[in-house]
Amino acid sequence: MNIYREEIMDHYKNPRNWEKLKLVDKVERKANVSCGDVIEMGIKWGENKKGRMVKEIRFKGEGCAISRAGASMLTEWLKGKNEDEVKKLTEKKMLKILGIELSPGRKKCATLGFEVWQKLLKRAILLK
Amino acid sequence: MLDIQKIKKDFSILKRKINGKKLVYLDNAASSQKPKQVIQAMVDYYEKHNANVHRGIHSLSEEASEMYEESRVAIAEFIGAGKGELIFVRNATEGINLVAFAWGMKNLKKGDEVVTTVIEHHANLVPWQMVCRETGASLKVVDTDENGVFQMKDFKDKLSSKTKLVAVVHVSNVTGEILPVNEIVKLSKRVGARILIDAAQSAQHIGVDVRKLKCDFLVIAGHKMMGPMGISGLYIKKEVQDEVGVFLTGGGMISEVYKDKPAVWAKGVEKWEAGTPNVSGAVGLAEAIKYHQKLGLENIREHEEKLIRYVLSEIEKIEGLRIVGPRDVSIRGGVVTFVVNNVHAHDVAQILDSEGIAVRSGHHCTMPLHERLGLTATTRASFYVYNDKKDVDKLIKGIKKVKNVFK
Repeated sequence: MNIYREEIMDHYKNPRNWEKLKLVDKVERKANVSCGDVIEMGIKWGENKKGRMVKEIRFKGEGCAISRAGASMLTEWLKGKNEDEVKKLTEKKMLKILGIELSPGRKKCATLGFEVWQKLLKRAILLK
Repeated sequence: MLDIQKIKKDFSILKRKINGKKLVYLDNAASSQKPKQVIQAMVDYYEKHNANVHRGIHSLSEEASEMYEESRVAIAEFIGAGKGELIFVRNATEGINLVAFAWGMKNLKKGDEVVTTVIEHHANLVPWQMVCRETGASLKVVDTDENGVFQMKDFKDKLSSKTKLVAVVHVSNVTGEILPVNEIVKLSKRVGARILIDAAQSAQHIGVDVRKLKCDFLVIAGHKMMGPMGISGLYIKKEVQDEVGVFLTGGGMISEVYKDKPAVWAKGVEKWEAGTPNVSGAVGLAEAIKYHQKLGLENIREHEEKLIRYVLSEIEKIEGLRIVGPRDVSIRGGVVTFVVNNVHAHDVAQILDSEGIAVRSGHHCTMPLHERLGLTATTRASFYVYNDKKDVDKLIKGIKKVKNVFK
């Protein structure tokens, strides 16, 4: 078991789509009560010929390697994709993108970014 | 001197492998492991004596009642209390809640003050916040320095004739600090306040004596002192018992019940023990106490003090670490809490786990203290009598591995 594999550490040390939340217009936030980790994530929706798409997605926060790398890899996957596709992203699939095996306790770290993303998505659907 | 290798043999769980490595258990402030003597005492109880207590005339019920009451005596004596002063509760949290609800709600009113500290475990803070909100009393929280060390001057400033209760921890579960409880009790008595001591981290490591301490309430945590989970003790001084109302009501805590007029409460400790008690737990905890007495509390403290001195000297050599709590080992229990620069506590704990080392990470139920320290999460290694220098060496090696992974 090596959850600190190279790709995870790379995303932790050089998170993609990190900060610069001024580039986005809708921001949500979530904290993990057991450890105090916080992630803020924001989105700017755009349009392409297939409809609405994730034009820009940024995040910042305080957290462990797993929560930060998880959010970073998530935003990387989401960016540029159309609404239909991103709506299909389940927690299980997101954990598959991370490609590491996690204990139930650590799953909460890994999915913190995903939970904020779900808030952003829900808001986008409600406002449509 | 204690033979630690021999002691280790009493704890079968320490033979376990975790992630292919031999378990190094350093999460004793959260819960301790149980020696085979404790486990066997509980098995014996269930295999030979189990029945409900104080209810039956039959032999088994009498045996169970006797074992339950003998356990009470053993536990009471261990903390210097009389058997009429030791109430069985599920855990230290329940003990404090009992005092908060059965004493606090009844005796506190607007204008009164409760003094506690920012060091407290949530269990000794949240109940007082609740009671103060309900009764209109106000809560004064004594500060620490930037290392989390208790500030006597601030305590004296917060103490006044309005203080009706002082609720403080004896040994911090985060900083390991041994608070000057004798001085705290003396000053509290001077203003006429009642005093509650949270001894969840102290009774089993440095010992407590309620007679010498002269506190009014004190809680211990059974499962942190080699006893089973679900059993702990609350001490209520005899002279204070009339001030304490009932907590949970029902069977066992009454002497007379009528259809159409109020019930009459049982006298003594039974008044606070409603329902079928945890007899096997009490038996197990009494056996755990016997285990401590056999080793000798002063020997346990001597060993742990030596160990913590060694931990601090080794851990301080590692660069890029912040250690919280006092440096003076004479006022420190076997707890070391630290932060590895730029590495989250969960990652530290995870990498240590990959080496078979069990530590706690997070805020350890002390969010206000962490806020005071300017931290969100820390890693804590906490020691007991079955830990030795080798365990410390493995911890140090583990921390170096953490630094290596995150370099």
